[in-house]
Amino acid sequence: MQKDAYLRRRPANAGVLERAVTDPDLELPPRFLSWFVARGWAPRRHQLELLGLAGVADSLLIAPTGAGKTLAGFLPTLIELDRQKKRQGLHTLYISPLKALAVDVHRNLEIPIAEMGLAVRVETRTGDTSAARRQRQRRDPPDILITTPEQLALLLAGPDSQTLFSSLRRVIFDELHAIAASKRGDLLCLGLSRLRRIAPGLTATGLSATVRDPAELQRWLTAQTTRNSSAALVVADRGAAPDLSILDTAEHLPWAGHSARHALGEIYAAIKGAKLTLVFVNTRAQAEYIFQELWRRNEDGLPIALHHGSLDVAQRRKVEEAMASCRLKAVVCTSTLDLGVDWGDVDLVINVGAPKGASRLAQRIGRANHRLDEPSRAILVPANRFEVLECRAAVDAANEGAQDTALARSGALDVLCQHILGMACAGPFDAGELFAEIRSAEPYARLLPEQFDAALNFVATGGYALKSYDRFAKIKQTADGRWRIANGRVAQSYRLNVGTIVEADLLKVRLVPGGAKPSASYTGPLRRTGRVLGEIEEYFIEMLAPQDTFLFGGEILRLQGVVENEAIVSRANADAPKIPSYAGGKFPLSTYLAMRVRRILAEESSWGALPGQVAGWLDLQRRRSALPPADQLLVETFPRGGRYYLALYPFEGRLAHTTLGMLLTRRMERAGLKPLGFVANDYALCVWSLTDVGALFETGAMRLADFLSQDMLGDDLEEWLEESALMKRTFRNCAIVSGLIERNVLDRRKTGRQVKISTDLIYNVLRRFEPGHILLEAAKADAATGLLDLERLAGLLARAQGRTIHKALPRVSPLAVPILLEIGRETVYGEAQDETLAQAAKALVDEVLADSAPGRPELANVSRLGNGRPKPATEPRLRESASPKGTPPDNAGRRAKKPSTSRRASGPRR
Amino acid sequence: MRDAARKSPQRAAALPVLDAEFLADPSGALFWPSENLLVVADLHLEKGSAFAVRGVFLPPYDTAATLAALGNLIGLYQPRRVVALGDSFHDGGAGERLDSGDRRTLATLQRGRDWIWIAGNHDPAPPAGLAGEARGELAIGSILFRHEPSAARGRGEIAGHLHPAAKLSGRGGSVRGRSFVSDGSRCVLPAFGAFAGGLNVRDAAFDALFDGEAGKPVLAHVIGRSAVYAVPHRLCLPD
Repeated sequence: MQKDAYLRRRPANAGVLERAVTDPDLELPPRFLSWFVARGWAPRRHQLELLGLAGVADSLLIAPTGAGKTLAGFLPTLIELDRQKKRQGLHTLYISPLKALAVDVHRNLEIPIAEMGLAVRVETRTGDTSAARRQRQRRDPPDILITTPEQLALLLAGPDSQTLFSSLRRVIFDELHAIAASKRGDLLCLGLSRLRRIAPGLTATGLSATVRDPAELQRWLTAQTTRNSSAALVVADRGAAPDLSILDTAEHLPWAGHSARHALGEIYAAIKGAKLTLVFVNTRAQAEYIFQELWRRNEDGLPIALHHGSLDVAQRRKVEEAMASCRLKAVVCTSTLDLGVDWGDVDLVINVGAPKGASRLAQRIGRANHRLDEPSRAILVPANRFEVLECRAAVDAANEGAQDTALARSGALDVLCQHILGMACAGPFDAGELFAEIRSAEPYARLLPEQFDAALNFVATGGYALKSYDRFAKIKQTADGRWRIANGRVAQSYRLNVGTIVEADLLKVRLVPGGAKPSASYTGPLRRTGRVLGEIEEYFIEMLAPQDTFLFGGEILRLQGVVENEAIVSRANADAPKIPSYAGGKFPLSTYLAMRVRRILAEESSWGALPGQVAGWLDLQRRRSALPPADQLLVETFPRGGRYYLALYPFEGRLAHTTLGMLLTRRMERAGLKPLGFVANDYALCVWSLTDVGALFETGAMRLADFLSQDMLGDDLEEWLEESALMKRTFRNCAIVSGLIERNVLDRRKTGRQVKISTDLIYNVLRRFEPGHILLEAAKADAATGLLDLERLAGLLARAQGRTIHKALPRVSPLAVPILLEIGRETVYGEAQDETLAQAAKALVDEVLADSAPGRPELANVSRLGNGRPKPATEPRLRESASPKGTPPDNAGRRAKKPSTSRRASGPRR
Repeated sequence: MRDAARKSPQRAAALPVLDAEFLADPSGALFWPSENLLVVADLHLEKGSAFAVRGVFLPPYDTAATLAALGNLIGLYQPRRVVALGDSFHDGGAGERLDSGDRRTLATLQRGRDWIWIAGNHDPAPPAGLAGEARGELAIGSILFRHEPSAARGRGEIAGHLHPAAKLSGRGGSVRGRSFVSDGSRCVLPAFGAFAGGLNVRDAAFDALFDGEAGKPVLAHVIGRSAVYAVPHRLCLPD
């Protein structure tokens, strides 16, 4: 592939070059300058500015895709290496977030080195590098080493890190925006602080796409030894404005759902008209669905491929190669193709569904026409009416170049624990010195001494108040007060478990022949011969019962069973999968986009830019109820089918809404309001109950302000956390990252299944006996921004205080229709335990009454039995347990419910 | 079931084995009212510290948690006799690692009642210096208490060892919980220990024990938040 993404052709006006030549500080050596000229290129302003900063100060380069970021990062290194008389050891470390990107960058860097005839040795080191090569790299390091954050952590924990890095002059962080505000970024920044200690003269350079607040990244790149230390900022010129549009469908725009089925014909036509299209979707399930449906329409036999993180690596590589060699017409993909790797001549990006964040959209748009001077072309395809608003807000933001605000966060404590152990593996350390070093990393600049001590104690003996593990300590203090590892096994185990990415537990999906083998009576072992199709999240498979069908890799598969870490499946001759999907949008709506959506809703003047169907819908809402004002919370109450509904429109994202739903139903239950269930999406939350809550607000029997008061984040929250499956999953991740639980045990690989069971038990015991333990603190901090999104919920409740509008309506409002349509589609996992058990127990009673239930017994039938409206007079237990969580009792259950009838897919052509 | 539930604030459920009317308590224990006898299986005391020896620092509170739960039960039922069905201690070193506070708690629980340590594969003998009587098995009438269920002598057998857990699926997704398994002729108890995991009741290990010869349906008595739910074994899902 011809890669000219670094550099653009010499523009008609070569002003940049002239300026470069006249400014002595920004001059390229002749050898380099002539190379540029020979290629017909001109160095860009930002490339020269970065060169001027090399060796002088840490720097952050912000440049859009296609602006030549990578070469800008390497130029100073290449020039310095060219000047130096004799080899000095490792000169530059280049850190890339993706293995594939590292390989790509290495390949592209070899081009200028070869063409200029530079004596520079570049090597890559990733998880795929052979052990022998890694050994050799330590002994005889290259000039430039291209690697990943995890490999850096491993190198730093080695006993020879001091000698390896002492010659280091520069560190370059690619795609810094994608790493910095995460646990991976925390570990990387701690690594940087250690590198500085080993090689005090080094400078760090960050390469980043446009971000809203560069100051954060500037601080990240610099040692926080004095207040306001921050890297110099270089901003490249913006490229051509993107050519962005929202699909103005001729079809009826759906009220709810994420399938975008209505627009598939139009998407197909757009693909046909373009050279190579990337179709971005938000979830794997959506990707599967769109892929399948496109093939159903594919009368022209266009080469359309599928790419998502669950597919087998070999299969993904095949798709990438086919893209690069222009053998494809379109690729349906998830965020796996979001980041920098550039595989082909993409000229159109279609984003199906809402982009969820302004920055994410900008990143995806950048995939089209990877050249700065040409506008990227992108079409947004909203899947429902709310998504139209969100797409509108995102397009406006992109046109203004506006970005999401990264949430301010402090470094994760579980990552800190892992790092401390790594540093002990590198060699004995003095606690005070290590504390100072850690505080020089921006995420940990405000770390308290007691937090550091807690982390140190955790690493040593688990950090419990009950000091019973002292004699088993992993790290011990020697006579001189320094900490060292107790034995070699500790270091070995650290190396096996390094890293902060805890993948969802994945099961291999293995296709066994013989979908015809249906017999429920067959009880022998499942056959394990057949090829592996890819990997799937364990929690999705956990939701299925054997013989359930689902979509994977573009096919409808039937689950036969789970054997160890494999889901055994066979091809199903089904028209439609029984389990349609497992989540709506994976990413919650960003705070910034949410704010813009609220603004669009509130400003009628902006509706002109919306499709007629949507403007009409909003107008109807305005007349029937009210539009949610930009700075107030709209609450509607209305009766429907013998139930009372309460709809809120906070626009704070699905995660925060789900948490609020959990807490509200809990609180309503305690107040005797008989809540029956709730449903949440990115925009709204709807709770229904047997009591007319609206009337209570009207008569003043209950105040809305009390109902939504912030104190629910106190006891209600604590009580819910006790049993929340989401919280347990969060805790599990912290337990793994911190090293409490080892992902990989020396001899045998402990599967995720075993780990999970034990972390739930650990969580229960720890919460009860030592609620202040560092791991619970870490999990709480994760929950604030992670799966529970407590931070946004807290903001929402604070904003709502005294600023709520209540509309008591005689019937459902237009705005509430989409959320009501989602009832029964999404289950809230894990929270309805006893209800499920009670259902099953009830089935027993039913079975006794009619002991001749036909067909194969399975709970699918059972839950249908249990789905009749509860009869409170005769079934007290059922009524009680049919209370708040999950789906409503009057709704067809997930299993009983057929997916939309129109999905009569015949499978993709092969 | 509902009648039995009324007798106990914890909503224990009837679980008859042959002619013995047991109550299945939602904490995972069996109570035998007519004998005033409480049965718990697989306490696995000091499992946390057993891991700590290998450098995995699980919270050192599992013994305290397990004993606290046991204390609640003893307070509730005031049994004259307690039978611990084996694997009461996680390993041979458990007695040495047992914290003095936990040791005292255990002694308090044992005071004033008979206490029987049935031998398990993890603890062929209880740690030295503890009260209670160590036995291989215990027979009372037609009921036989032992650690590991035997395929051959099933009638009237109350055992542990297998840590049964059942997985069920319904509208709210699937749920996995500790479970008793019984066919009215024998019963396997769930593990009581705070750190004890579970084995799916659909595992082959249960097939040999519950082959339908008892003539009655095999039920999983699944433990919920505060109640025990009886579910046909065949409706339970494999993992």
